[in-house]
Amino acid sequence: MTLFKSLGLAAALSMSAAVVSADGHDPLSVGFIYVGPVGDYGWSYQHDQGRLAVEEHFGDAVETSFVESVPEGDSERVIRRMAQEGADLIFTTSFGYMTPTNRVAAQFPDTYFEHATGYQRADNVSTYSGRFYEGRTVQGILAGHMTESNIIGYIASFPIPEVIRGINAAYLAAKEVNPDVEFRIVWVSTWFDPGKEADAANTLIEQGADVIMQHTDSTAPMTIAEATWEGLAEGETGVYAFGQASDMMEFGPTARLSSIIDDWAPYYIERVQAALDGTWESEDAWHGLDEGMTSIGAFNANIPADVRKEAMDAAIQISGGTRHSFTGPINWQNGEVWLEEGETADDGTLLGMNRYVEGIEGTVPN
Amino acid sequence: MDFSALDPLALIVSLIIAATPLVLAATGELVVEKSGVLNLGVEGMMIMGAVIGFIVSVEIGNPVLGFAGAALASAALALIFGFLTQVLLSNQVATGLALTLFGLGLAALLGQSYTGIRPPSTGDVFPEALSTVPVIGPLLFSYDWVVYFALIMVGAVWWFLNKTRGGLILRAVGEGHDAAHALGYRVVAIRMAAIAFGGALAGMGGAYLSLVRVPQWSEGMTAGIGWIALAIVVFASWKPGRVILGAWLFGGVTILQLNIQAANLNILGILALALAGVAVVMLLVQIRSLTRHKVIQIVMVFSFALLALVLALSWPDFRLDSAYLSMTPYLTTIIVLVALSGDKTRRALNAPASLGRVFHASA
Amino acid sequence: MLRLEPRRSPSQAMVWLTPILAVLATMIAGGGLFMALGKDPVDAIYTIFVDPLLDPYSLPEIFVKAAPLILIAIGLSYGFRAGIWNIGAEGQFIMGAIAGAAVGLAFYGTAGVWLLPLMALAGIVAGYLWAMIPALLRVKFGTNEILVSLMLVYVADQFLRAMVNGPLRNPQGFNFPESRLFHDSAQLPILFDGTRVHLGVAIAVIIALIAALILSRHIIGYNVRLMGSAPRAAMFSGVKPPRMVIFCLGLSGALAGLAGLFEAAGPMGQLTPTLPQGYGFTAIIVAFLGRLNPLGIIAAGFVMALTYIGGENAQLALGLPKAAISVFQGMLLFFLLGLDIFVRYRIAPKRREVA
Repeated sequence: MTLFKSLGLAAALSMSAAVVSADGHDPLSVGFIYVGPVGDYGWSYQHDQGRLAVEEHFGDAVETSFVESVPEGDSERVIRRMAQEGADLIFTTSFGYMTPTNRVAAQFPDTYFEHATGYQRADNVSTYSGRFYEGRTVQGILAGHMTESNIIGYIASFPIPEVIRGINAAYLAAKEVNPDVEFRIVWVSTWFDPGKEADAANTLIEQGADVIMQHTDSTAPMTIAEATWEGLAEGETGVYAFGQASDMMEFGPTARLSSIIDDWAPYYIERVQAALDGTWESEDAWHGLDEGMTSIGAFNANIPADVRKEAMDAAIQISGGTRHSFTGPINWQNGEVWLEEGETADDGTLLGMNRYVEGIEGTVPN
Repeated sequence: MDFSALDPLALIVSLIIAATPLVLAATGELVVEKSGVLNLGVEGMMIMGAVIGFIVSVEIGNPVLGFAGAALASAALALIFGFLTQVLLSNQVATGLALTLFGLGLAALLGQSYTGIRPPSTGDVFPEALSTVPVIGPLLFSYDWVVYFALIMVGAVWWFLNKTRGGLILRAVGEGHDAAHALGYRVVAIRMAAIAFGGALAGMGGAYLSLVRVPQWSEGMTAGIGWIALAIVVFASWKPGRVILGAWLFGGVTILQLNIQAANLNILGILALALAGVAVVMLLVQIRSLTRHKVIQIVMVFSFALLALVLALSWPDFRLDSAYLSMTPYLTTIIVLVALSGDKTRRALNAPASLGRVFHASA
Repeated sequence: MLRLEPRRSPSQAMVWLTPILAVLATMIAGGGLFMALGKDPVDAIYTIFVDPLLDPYSLPEIFVKAAPLILIAIGLSYGFRAGIWNIGAEGQFIMGAIAGAAVGLAFYGTAGVWLLPLMALAGIVAGYLWAMIPALLRVKFGTNEILVSLMLVYVADQFLRAMVNGPLRNPQGFNFPESRLFHDSAQLPILFDGTRVHLGVAIAVIIALIAALILSRHIIGYNVRLMGSAPRAAMFSGVKPPRMVIFCLGLSGALAGLAGLFEAAGPMGQLTPTLPQGYGFTAIIVAFLGRLNPLGIIAAGFVMALTYIGGENAQLALGLPKAAISVFQGMLLFFLLGLDIFVRYRIAPKRREVA
C-alpha cells in the first residue's frame, strides 16, 4: 500500500527530530501536495510515483512528505505548513494551487516552490508541465486507424488550453491517417467523477464511438470500454480506450490501446538534484516526449504491425524534434488560417489555445 | 437542428440505468421520512454500500452477495444514526451530517487496497434473444436484476405504505409520534426498523455504482449522488411512484446534457425542450390541483422567470453554461414543493408531520 | 434494566462534563483506529488535539478556519432555537461570496477604504436575499424551509460555476474557471503579520459576543427562546411567527453571506469554484455542539477547526490517510451528540410494576 510507505521519512519531517544523513548534512526536505487521493490511479497517483522515485534515487540525502486530497480552496494553509516545517522544496501539483503557492512563496524566499500546470512564476517559484499533446498525436494516429465507425469519442474536463490542445492534436493526427474520422466531444466539467465519466463514455458509445479518449482523471471510461468486450464472439471488436495520466493497464487489459503516462520522476529527480547542488533557479519547464515527462504506454496486441510502426515513428520523430504535433497547413475552426504549409506552432499560441481547429464540430464551452 | 443523432431508445435505456441508484436510495429515504425521521446521511450510507458491495463481490466472486453485504453494512451504519437519534435523542440534522462524514472516511479506509480491481460482472436477466427484439427488447428486457429489483421495491413500498396495517402504523408514527405512542405502538422500534431499511436500500444504490454503473471502486465515487436522492424524496412529495419520476428527471438531466454535447446540439434549443418537459412533469404531478389558480400562477411565473434569465444570460450568441441546465431539477423540486404546500389538504397527506422532531416516550 | 429519565432542570455539571467525556471516548476509539492502521495512538492523538495549540503556526490557522464556522453557526442558532431550520447556509455563503466578489471585481483597481465595506454589504444582502426565498415561501405558502434551503445550495453552487466560467472569469486567465485576484483594496487586511488571521476573524468573534448579549438581554433574544420552547405562549405574548421566520432566516442568511465574502476576500483572494468547503453544513454541527449558545458555539467552532488543522498535521507528520481523519471526526461528533443527552436526562434503574 503506497499510502504508508513514506511513513518513517514523513515522520522525520515533523517536530525537531531532524534526521542527519550519512555525510553529516541535514537531508533535503521535499514536500508534495496532491489534489486527489494517491490511490486515484491517475493524476495524483503519478505524482506520488515521482515522489517515490525521488526517495529511491536519493536515499538518505532527502526526506519526502506529502498531503493528499488537499482542496484547492483550502490549500494555502497546507503549503504554508510545509514551508514552516522546514521543507526546502515543495511541489504543488494542481492548477488551483497557483495563487496559494505564489502567496506562500512570497513569505518564504528561501524555500523553492514548483507549481505544476500554472503560469505564475517568481524568483523561488518554478512552473512545470508536460507537453501531453505530443502523446495525443500518437493516440490520434492509433485512434484514426483503429476506429471502424470513424467516430471517436472524447471526454473533456474544462475548456482550458491544455485540454483544447489535446483535442486539437489528437484530431489532426487522426484526420491525417483517416480523413473520414469525426470527433464527438463531451465536456463533463469535472476532473474526477467516476459516475459522470462512466455516463459520458456510455453516451459516446451509444452515439457510435468505438474509440474513447479522455482528459479526466478517473479510470471509469476505461472500465466501461473494457466491459464492451465481454461476451463478444470471435472476431468481433468492442470499444477501445486510452489510459490517461497513468497506464491504466489493469482496468482495460483488452480495451486499452495505449496510454499517455505522466512521468514526473525524471523532472523531480532533476530538480531535487539542483536543489541539493545549490543550482536551483526559477524556470518554466514544458517537457514532452523528448525529456520523458510525457511517455507512451505499451501498445495493444490488436494493433497491426504497420500502424504500430507508424505510431512509434511519430513518437520518435516528435521526441527527436523532426516532427511537431501542430505543423501547417492548419486552419482554425472558422476557416481562418493559423499555420501555413510547413510552419509549426509557437509555444505562445499553444499555451493560450482556446478554439478548435478546422474540421472539429461543436463549440468550445464559453 | 439535427436531432437524428439522439436515439430516444438508447437515451431512455441509459437513463433508466443511471437512475437506478437514485431510485433505490430515494425509496429507502422515503420510508425513513414517512416514519418521521430525517436522515441526511444518505451519501455516507451509499458510499459505504459501494465499498462493501465491491469488497464482498471481489472476495466471494458473487455480485448478488455483494449487494446483500452492501445492504447489511449500510443498514448497520444507519443504525448508528438510529441509536443516536432515537435512543440518545440527538439532533437528526447534525447526526445525519456526521454520518456522511464518518461514512465517507470509513469507506475510503476500507477500500484502500481495492482500487484497480474489476468486480465480477452483474449480467442481464433476460436472454439475448429477448433483449434484442426491436424497441421492446432494449426498453424492457435489457437490464440487470437490480434495475427490476429497484422498481419492484418501489411497488412494494407503495403497497406496504398504503395497503398494509404495518404501513398504516408507520405513517401514524410519522404523523404524530405522541399519539402513536399513546395508542401503544413502539415508536422507537418502528423508526429503527425504517432507518435500517433506508440504510439497506441506500447501500444497494451505492453498490450499484461500484458494481454495475462504473464498475470499479474509487474513493469518493458517489460524488454527491446521495444528496440528489434526498431531493428526489421531496420532489416525489413522499409518494413512492413519483420517486421513479423524480429519479428519471434528475438522472435524465445529466444524461441529456451529455447526449446534447456528444451530438453537437445547441444547448439552448434543448433547454427550451427541457422546460417543456418540466412543464409536462408538473402537469402530471399537479393534475388534480390545477384548478387552484394560485399554483398555476406560481409555476408560470417561475418558468417564465427562468426562461427570461436563461435568455438574458446567453445573449447574444445564445449559448449557455451547462450549469444552468444542472440547476433545473432543483428549481423544479422547489416549485413542486411550493405547489404542494399551497394546497392544505394535500399537504397533510404527504409530508410527515413529525419529520425531524425528537421523540421521547416519557416526555 | 436502565431507562432515561428527564431531569427537572438541565444538569450544570453535565454541561461541562459531557464534552470532556466525549473527547475522552473519541480518544479511546480513535486510538484504537490509529493502532489498527499501525500508528502510535498517543502520538496521533497528541498531534491532532494538543500539538496545534502549542505550535505558533497552527494556532492562528485554527482561528482562520473557525471564523466562518462560528459566524454561520451563530446565525443558524437563533433559527434553530426558534424551531426554524435553515440548512442551506452553504448556499447563502456562496451567494454572499459571489455578490461581494462581483462588487470587488467591478471596482477592480480602484483604491479606497469604502470598497471592503461595500463588498461586505453586498455579501450580506445577497445572503439575506437568498435566505428570503425559503423564508417567504414558508410564510406565504407554508413550504418546508429545510428542503427549500437545501435545494438552493445546489442552485447556488451551479450558479457559482456559471459565474466563474462566464461573467466573472479572469480575462487573463487562459479560460481557467476562476476570477482574477482581488486587488489590495478588496482584500481583507491581515491582523498579525506572518499569519493569515484577517479582519473577518475578529469581526466573527465580535458578532458572536454581541449575539450572546442579545440572546440573554434583549427582547428579541427572549422571543426567540420563547418561540422555541413554548410556541403558543410566544404567540400570546405577541410574537408573530411569520416575522420570526423572516428574522431568523434573514439573520442566518446575512451572516452566512458575510462569511462567504470573508472567505473570498480573506484567505482565497479570488472567486473560484472550489470556494465552498462545506462550511455551511459543518456550521450546523457546530451550532448543535455549541448547544445553540453563542459562547458554546465559539468553543465548538474552535474544537471543530482544531480537528481539521490537527488532522492535516497528522497527515503530514505521521502519514495518516485523510480518510482516517474524517472517520475520527465522525466519531467525535457521534460521541458529542450522543452524550449530550445526559444534560437533560439521567439514567435510572427501570421501574418494574408489581404484578
